[in-house]
Amino acid sequence: MTVEILSRIQFTLTAAFHYIYPPMSIGLGALLVIMEGSYIKTKNPLYHQLAHFWTKVFGLVFAIGVATGIVMEFEFGTNWASYSRFVGDIFGSALAAEGIFAFFLESGFLALLLFGWDKVGPKLHFFSTCMVAFGAHFSALWIVVANSWMQTPAGYHLERISGQTHTPLPEGYVVQAQDLGHVRAVVDNFWDMVLNPSSIDRLTHVVLGAWLTGAFVVISISAWYLLKGKHQDFAKASLKIALTFAAVTSLLQMISADITARGVVRDQPIKLAAMEGVYETRDYTPMTLLGFVDAKKQEVHGPQIPGLLSFLCFHDCKQPVQGLLSMPSDEFLSLRYPGLSKENLAKERPKYWPMVGCVFQFYHIMIIVGTVLFGLAILGVILLWKGLLFKTDLPIIRGLLWVYVFSVLGPQICNQAGWFTAELGRQPWIVYNLLRTSEGLSRAVEANQVAFSIILFTLIYILLFITFIYLLNNKIQHGPVDDEGHHIKAPGVDPVDLFSKQGRA
Amino acid sequence: MHLPDLNTVWFLLVGILFTGYAILDGFDFGVGILHLFIKKDEDRRILLNSIGPVWDGNEVWLVTGGGALFAAFPGAYATVFSGFYNAFMLLLVALIFRAVSIEFRSKEQGHAWRQGWDIAFSIGSFLAALLIGVAMGNITRGISLNSEGDYIGNFIHLLNPYSLLLGVTVVALFAMHGAIFLVLKTEGELQSTIKGWVPGLIGLFLVLFAAFNIATFFECPNLVTVMLTRPYGFAILGLDVLAALSIALLTTRGYEFGSFLMSSLTMVLLMAVLGISYFPNLVMSNPDPSNSLTIYNCVSTTKTLGNMLVIAIIGVPIVLAYTASIYWIFRGKTKLGHVGY
Repeated sequence: MTVEILSRIQFTLTAAFHYIYPPMSIGLGALLVIMEGSYIKTKNPLYHQLAHFWTKVFGLVFAIGVATGIVMEFEFGTNWASYSRFVGDIFGSALAAEGIFAFFLESGFLALLLFGWDKVGPKLHFFSTCMVAFGAHFSALWIVVANSWMQTPAGYHLERISGQTHTPLPEGYVVQAQDLGHVRAVVDNFWDMVLNPSSIDRLTHVVLGAWLTGAFVVISISAWYLLKGKHQDFAKASLKIALTFAAVTSLLQMISADITARGVVRDQPIKLAAMEGVYETRDYTPMTLLGFVDAKKQEVHGPQIPGLLSFLCFHDCKQPVQGLLSMPSDEFLSLRYPGLSKENLAKERPKYWPMVGCVFQFYHIMIIVGTVLFGLAILGVILLWKGLLFKTDLPIIRGLLWVYVFSVLGPQICNQAGWFTAELGRQPWIVYNLLRTSEGLSRAVEANQVAFSIILFTLIYILLFITFIYLLNNKIQHGPVDDEGHHIKAPGVDPVDLFSKQGRA
Repeated sequence: MHLPDLNTVWFLLVGILFTGYAILDGFDFGVGILHLFIKKDEDRRILLNSIGPVWDGNEVWLVTGGGALFAAFPGAYATVFSGFYNAFMLLLVALIFRAVSIEFRSKEQGHAWRQGWDIAFSIGSFLAALLIGVAMGNITRGISLNSEGDYIGNFIHLLNPYSLLLGVTVVALFAMHGAIFLVLKTEGELQSTIKGWVPGLIGLFLVLFAAFNIATFFECPNLVTVMLTRPYGFAILGLDVLAALSIALLTTRGYEFGSFLMSSLTMVLLMAVLGISYFPNLVMSNPDPSNSLTIYNCVSTTKTLGNMLVIAIIGVPIVLAYTASIYWIFRGKTKLGHVGY
């Protein structure tokens, strides 16, 4: 295999594995703020137990997130040196800002969050929890900003370097193969770079996805306690907080999904066409609910709703969604292939499409699983409100609780599928319309070196994952304990009362 | 007096970040290197808990240093990271095992479980220290670069005797630094055991450090030439040796914190000497010095350096303030409680 394929496999593997953990940290971080905040406000010891137990889960998740995250920062340099030289002026500042504003904050205050229960007062501890949660969110901010710039570059110009002279290139300049190593992107305006067209949409989408991930971790474990008849008060209080949080978040996520998709139509129409497998440009563009793409015949098979995609993209059933067969435009292609005839340009065109079948499937997995999660969260809140959710003697409730136990996988699937859609959909570009992925590699690195590191990381990540699951299961089995190490007994307050505003009991 | 240009400022800032990393994660690695020499389970837990609250934040200095290098001097970042590919992959593995071992180790009671993660923790720390030293050694000595600024040697070339010597020296330095840190954080029998190691570790470091300086004299004539034009560098080198010697004196007199400060100062001065003899190079090319990467030929735009300086001026004081507060809160002897490892 080539260095390109291997480096892409390596990045996919390490990024996908890493991304199991940070969304849990971000989501659990937000929930810890709510739980500990409730303790500070009500002084109810139950909330203290909640914060204490979920902090331990947070600590375990966080450690693996940190350990696997440092790999990502090294990889830009180790495997994507040409990319690093091309974008360093822009991308590097986002990474450095992430270190200064996010990582120091979360790792510094993590010390107090995990080890400071006896060292500092409750208010300072709560402050630390907030800072850790802020830090986790800031890290999402900077890395999503950096990635969004790769999707929708803004606030930059290209310049040619020859010796000590740097010549700005005109806007719309298309980088040619012979430019590699001599052309780079440099910043014009820092804030235009940070607030590039897709930053806010994608950041919102990622953070909401992370909140759902954390919420469903809590929902899953709490549902299991309920089913097993263990730690009932703890589980009920946790479920109430997490389900309410999940319901609000998934509602917001629906709105965010709509906004994000319309942003993709505007900024990366090729990606959107691939997400839905749209080849021909037609009025009343249909949306395929699920199905498969026949890339050879350039068709999509599956149940379709006419006009739905047009409606979702433009809020107008008729306006056509541009198909792949007309993208990228002849003008763009003729800049990369000067002198080629229209027919020959059409032959080059598919080289500028992502793998349509894959992007289509990942996108649809995200939509379907996301919709199911939305339904589960709303259903849970309705049952809570009706006072039915904790009736564990009803078979139907038991069945539903089992669904909740496994629902923890849902946000994980959505997160992964969403990122695969975003990153595969950007191909063949590493920086959209500026630098091809194949042009971003390290020239000093050979295929066998990359292959060696893939094997190494695969083995280590398998070991880490097994250990993580094993230790997480131990924590769950062990359950929440109070400060003296005893299991929590009835805290003297009916947890249902705590929610009397929303509960009917 | 004229102000230094932004390139120089960022040379200094990147240097400060990596020096901060060496001082802070240095004692974490040192604790890791010494970990297996402590036999009792309870004592090993004290070792882990002594760095437990802070190792994670200490590692961020590396991440931020790497980010700053990427942002300020992308060419140097790209060359070093892709050139030292295998070494850096091993460093990553070492850092991963170091991190997760601390977290995993005390979660289970079984002897095999704990011993296994103890070994992973210790080897991870040792390997990380060694690789950092070897990488530094290669940077000091210079690596073969082509005119595009790419490394054209291979992994075996990186394992030259000179760089390995610096690797071992860094292991000794971190072990010494970690032992001094542990004297500060422990008490009773455990403390006297570790105290007993300190003179030997200081001696080992000084011998290796002397050998390294002699080797540098023969191996890196470029650096010596530069140093001769900047004679204050020799004064700093002299101060460095004095600082290292003073650690021994302070330890025997019982000034625990003073000896830790001196150990840190030893590292600061060491990095300062390297910086003085290396400036304005970032990656020296050996044998063809005209391909060297300097703070002028692989730098980001002045605009980015300025933006980054604003970020640093806003961010760094805040970071230092709360990091210092957190160290203050966790000051004193490490005790085992119900929270911790």
